[in-house]
Amino acid sequence: MYKIESKNVNLHYGSFHALKGINMAIEKNTVTALIGPSGCGKSTFLRLFNRMNDLIDGVKIEGECLIDGKDIYSKSIKIDDLRKRVGMVFQKPNPFPKSVFENVAYGLRVNGITHKNFIEERVEVCLKQAALWDEVKDKLKKSAMALSGGQQQRLCIARALAIEPSVLLMDEPASALDPISTAKIEELIYDLKNLYTIIIVTHNMQQAGRVSDSTAFFYLGELVEFDSTKKIFTNPTDVRTQNYITGRFG
Amino acid sequence: MQSDLKKILSQSIAFWTFRILSLAVMGILFSILGFIIVKGIGVVSWDFITKMPEDGMTKGGIYPAIIGTLCLIAGSMLFAFPIGVMSGIYIFEYTKDSWYRRFVQLMTANLAGVPSIVFGLFGMALFVNKLGFGDSILAGSLTLGLLALPVVIRTTEEALKAIDNSYREASYALGATKLQTIKRVTLPMALPNIITGLILSIGRVSGETAPILFTVAAYFLPKLPTSVFDQVMALPYHLYVISTSGTNIAESRGMAYGTAVILILIVLILNIIANIIRRFLTKKYKTN
Amino acid sequence: MRLLLVLVKPLPLTVIKKILNKTIEGVLMLSSTITTLTVLLIVLFLFKEGVSVFKESPLDGDNVIVLNNQNDVNHLSAADIKKIFDQETTNWKLVGGANDSILLFTFNDLSNYFSEEELGPEFEYLPHKMDSLIEANPGMIAVFSKKYLDKNHKSKVATIDNISPKTFLLGKEWFPTANPAVQLGVLPLILGTLYVSIVAILIALPIGLATAIYIAEVAHPKIRAIYKPVIELLAGIPSVVYGFFGLIVIVPLIQKIFDLPVGESGLAGAIVLAIMALPTIITVTEDALRNTPRAMKEASLALGATQWQTIYKVVIPYSASGISAAAILGIGRAIGETMAVLMVTGNAAVMPHSLLEPLRTIPATIAAELGEAPANGIHYKALFGLGCILFIITMVINIWVETISKRRVNR
Repeated sequence: MYKIESKNVNLHYGSFHALKGINMAIEKNTVTALIGPSGCGKSTFLRLFNRMNDLIDGVKIEGECLIDGKDIYSKSIKIDDLRKRVGMVFQKPNPFPKSVFENVAYGLRVNGITHKNFIEERVEVCLKQAALWDEVKDKLKKSAMALSGGQQQRLCIARALAIEPSVLLMDEPASALDPISTAKIEELIYDLKNLYTIIIVTHNMQQAGRVSDSTAFFYLGELVEFDSTKKIFTNPTDVRTQNYITGRFG
Repeated sequence: MQSDLKKILSQSIAFWTFRILSLAVMGILFSILGFIIVKGIGVVSWDFITKMPEDGMTKGGIYPAIIGTLCLIAGSMLFAFPIGVMSGIYIFEYTKDSWYRRFVQLMTANLAGVPSIVFGLFGMALFVNKLGFGDSILAGSLTLGLLALPVVIRTTEEALKAIDNSYREASYALGATKLQTIKRVTLPMALPNIITGLILSIGRVSGETAPILFTVAAYFLPKLPTSVFDQVMALPYHLYVISTSGTNIAESRGMAYGTAVILILIVLILNIIANIIRRFLTKKYKTN
Repeated sequence: MRLLLVLVKPLPLTVIKKILNKTIEGVLMLSSTITTLTVLLIVLFLFKEGVSVFKESPLDGDNVIVLNNQNDVNHLSAADIKKIFDQETTNWKLVGGANDSILLFTFNDLSNYFSEEELGPEFEYLPHKMDSLIEANPGMIAVFSKKYLDKNHKSKVATIDNISPKTFLLGKEWFPTANPAVQLGVLPLILGTLYVSIVAILIALPIGLATAIYIAEVAHPKIRAIYKPVIELLAGIPSVVYGFFGLIVIVPLIQKIFDLPVGESGLAGAIVLAIMALPTIITVTEDALRNTPRAMKEASLALGATQWQTIYKVVIPYSASGISAAAILGIGRAIGETMAVLMVTGNAAVMPHSLLEPLRTIPATIAAELGEAPANGIHYKALFGLGCILFIITMVINIWVETISKRRVNR
């Protein structure tokens, strides 16, 4: 069974047809990169899997999105429960204006966990997973706003991990960061792969090549090509993919 | 060369005109404040703010008017603040871009533009006469509260609008419900801005005269209120009566200057507090 | 790196929690509805009282106007009655009757005609006596309470028009307590309001515009940092303080400069209003100017335009709608301003001829007279009618501003 599947998904923003019949299946514990020019639908596709698009006015979704074989848009799925199973990291680091500790604990607290020791343990584990523990262990009570951009983004990753998702969605997680921080995040993604199924949207082709196992190329709302990253970058089937990879457009 | 000179010349003429006119504006504004403060600061003393008026309001203090104004501030904010903040939250966080939102926003904008004397008329017709509160703190507070309501709603909406949507999404992505997100993320982030707005609306409420003319204000009442159904004196109304229709206008001039100084000081202090909060706020979020 | 696999059991969202959420949402919705409701209630109360003025007869109390049965005149307007009792009209010819002089009778004249014995101790003979008196004098017009009208009167009761929207809006005389018939013409008040407000904006707009341009485009950031808070502060100073300043400084100054009998005048009101409108105009205009995209300004500068050319060729046209919004908003504020105007304009309810004479605005009229108007009397209702006019004017202005700003957003 595939971890994540989309079957003939169509999405409309009002009269705009943003996703056109997308079929994709993603294996467990892999990193999938979504690439394509701006406005091609890759972020919209990513946000399907934690139903973030639901927050936007006038969105209409058709087709099936499955996680672990279950349709996440079916009535029996509670949206809060779904979002607990699917973590998300955003383009710009957006820690809450709370302490480092409270940022990681946030997801636990909103899900009704009050056990103090458990929360403390969990915060430490997640900060370690996010490779941030050594840098912040002495300033857990300090405001997260005081961290550097790269640290903030790793904090956001730790925050997403705290509720133990099985899927991690990343929307251009390194686009606002400097090269050194970017390298750290990429390294982290590589490590996290063992534990999570990761989908990452990126503008940066080299990044897609470095971190992902498979790559999907989107163009004008269509999934043009989806294959192993190696194949996409060396021998794409579709001429549009080739043009994009070689920098003819986008 | 010729045209270059003309360009530069016309620019300096224009800019100097602006500079002089804006200096004139500042001059006028400062002279108003300066004039009143210089004439009135000598009147202001501990006795002035803690004593009852005496001798046909030509001597003594303005204690009951200060207390009255404080009652009205407290009463109107007790009404306008919770309702205003809750409406702001509802309009911004709960309604989508629907006819309801547009309608409420239009009504809020309209309410904000209604002249204060019309609030006075309405307050008199509804609270004083129809509901039978009589001339009372209750009627006056409700009238002033309605006046402050659109300001509080707007401020709340603006404060919520200023929060980047990704904070909300991050919270939802962690499985938080809408209410949890508002309670734990959006509202705490918006609070300093909302409080700034609240302080400024207190300034407005404390200086309004027209809405209280027929709903609460007493011409001369040298005692303190004991219930919300009592009339009170109020600072702005007091200034109005002693400068236009007191028993002895010339002799109560000193009292008038003093009252004006107190009114200006209230607004000044509230503005300073609001600015401090705002500065603190920008510092706090600058690292982001 | 090893994951500590702890199963986080999601708390089931209990029914209670769901109900709580819904309740809170309901409370929030309720409060947002209050604002809407208030506007509707204002409309309801204001207009209910205000419109009912048109059901009223201009006659004071339960008085009637009684004429000789032979008189050709059956019908009189409020203005006719006032002129007759002011003895400006002295011949029936002028009000459409025969050529006969008018003989006035009011209750003050009672003792000239009758002795106390003739009237009886309880005035019980008065109705009959009155009737015969009027029948004896063909030119007589009498005003007295309805209860003294003889049951079998031979004299006739003149019909009087109720107050009509036309006489209300276009009438040039405002004597809400006149006897025997009130005069409720609000035209002088409307004109007074518009007159003062428009002059105020004509004074404030150029100065405010110049200041806004200076702050937004020319001034050094440090100067701006001084100007901005001061202007904000001044927007917060209560209007009664401005009125007080106007009363003790501007009014005597005008009196001295123009050598007037009194300094309270339309000009004093306009100047005080102009000062009060400055912060609004400056703030709104400055915001509009600052919204000009930087790239647009830089493009102009890059083409060799001076800063001033850029301002008047790029920045001002771009922010034109914002500037007009500022002007309209300023007028709106000025029209609704009560206390300051009440204190400095002298409050004479006459058709305004010159800015140097006292005049009176709608809000000042309400503020000055409502305290003395008996509740639910005709005067009270007329003041609510004025409130309606004020509400409509400011509503139109608000919607106008809103459309202008919307156009700006859509562009």
